[in-house]
Amino acid sequence: MKVRIARVSMRFANMHVLEDIELGVPAGEFVCILGPSGCGKSTLLNIVAGFLKPSEGEVTIDGEAVAGPDPRRIFVFQERGVFPWLTVEGNIGFGLFRQSESEKRERIKHYVQLVGLTGFEKAYPRELSGGMKQRLEVARALAVNPDVLYLDEPFGALDSITRLQMRRELLRIWQAERKTILFVTHDIEESVQLADRVVVLSARPGRVRRIVNVDIPHPRDLSDPRYIALRDQIFAEIGLAHQI
Amino acid sequence: MGSLSIAGLAVALWQWSVPRSPHTLVPSPWQSLLAILELAQKGLLTKYVIASLFRVTWGYVAALLLAVPVGTTLGLWRRGEAAINPVFQILRPISPLAWIPIAILWFGVGDSSAIFLIFLASFLPLTLTTVNAVHNIEEVHVRAGENFGLTKNELVKSVILPAILPQLIVGMRITLGIAWLVVVAAEMIAVNSGLGFLIIDARNAGNRYDLVVAGMILIGVIGVILDLLMRQLEKLPGVRWGYASE
Repeated sequence: MKVRIARVSMRFANMHVLEDIELGVPAGEFVCILGPSGCGKSTLLNIVAGFLKPSEGEVTIDGEAVAGPDPRRIFVFQERGVFPWLTVEGNIGFGLFRQSESEKRERIKHYVQLVGLTGFEKAYPRELSGGMKQRLEVARALAVNPDVLYLDEPFGALDSITRLQMRRELLRIWQAERKTILFVTHDIEESVQLADRVVVLSARPGRVRRIVNVDIPHPRDLSDPRYIALRDQIFAEIGLAHQI
Repeated sequence: MGSLSIAGLAVALWQWSVPRSPHTLVPSPWQSLLAILELAQKGLLTKYVIASLFRVTWGYVAALLLAVPVGTTLGLWRRGEAAINPVFQILRPISPLAWIPIAILWFGVGDSSAIFLIFLASFLPLTLTTVNAVHNIEEVHVRAGENFGLTKNELVKSVILPAILPQLIVGMRITLGIAWLVVVAAEMIAVNSGLGFLIIDARNAGNRYDLVVAGMILIGVIGVILDLLMRQLEKLPGVRWGYASE
């Protein structure tokens, strides 16, 4: 197991946020953590990333307990996470301060291309669209060659067309670089489109309600009966009638 | 164009009202301009302007060099800030000019007193600006910095300082305005040169009100130039994100 979440519970003051979360994620897997707003899924990701200490239980990565944030595992915030004072190049190169200049240049060039920001190397984030900023943040994360990516509702602030494009991009990058990905979302469709497994959390205090294996190869056809069956199963699990 | 014609109108009104005024000592714009030329001929113009700018520069730069590290430390260290904040709040309403007697007591009449007063006037606003700016940093930027494995010092250099810079520059501009106000007042009492001294000396030594007004005009023009220079900093590419609209 790459990431092992063992009996993690979390309480803030008198609020019980997470209860007894158990989850193992093998290397290279794409896992979506899905749940309604306020269920503690974001808190769980922050615990796994080492930004928060759980009240009980522990997280181990490669058998080693997580004691804090670590550059081998990068957290991608919504596009707000890019540094507005740095250019595209500056942002992508931000984590490469231990590399030689030539190595740094190489990697910046590679990841600018990978996320399709060629021609915008000298641009500042305020000159980019929301989708471009989000790709920039993913590039900044990938540039330090982490084994694990944590994404916290990364496409939540984007319009629906850009969001679909970003999902395709992320899958392409994941297939090219084979990172382990933990992806938090409240969007059921998104989770079934992306993940190998969807971990469905209950409302607060968040518990693992169910883990759904999405056994559909990529690229996934969104009208495939199997896709629709899995999606509807999760809708039902969360207690939503699939009607408006 | 509009503002230029209003300025022209104001000067015209000034010119028109001087002969109609019961105060015979008030100079006309033309007399004031001649007084500036007289200062230039005597070599006092550059001497006084440089003297004032010299004091402002030293006091202000010293305050800035101390305020940014102190403000950053207090901004990151909430308990330290809570402890020292009452002292700041008591010192803040005291006009820097109230310190003039103490400045003279400690440093005597001379440049050091004036520089000390500028320092006092600049240090507190710059420190408080820095503290506030640090409090306003986006948590995600700090977390991102920590995630990439930065040490505390690297985090300050690569995340905290660039993140506070836009707000700091605004504070620097406002504070330089204060420093320029204070230097004139300080020079009226604590030294024997500079634009403030020019004004008080011209009045005391022979009621030369043309020189008084000449000094006032110079102070205004130099103040505007200083402000324009500081505004250039707000156009740096690495800080423009901090100002809402362009």
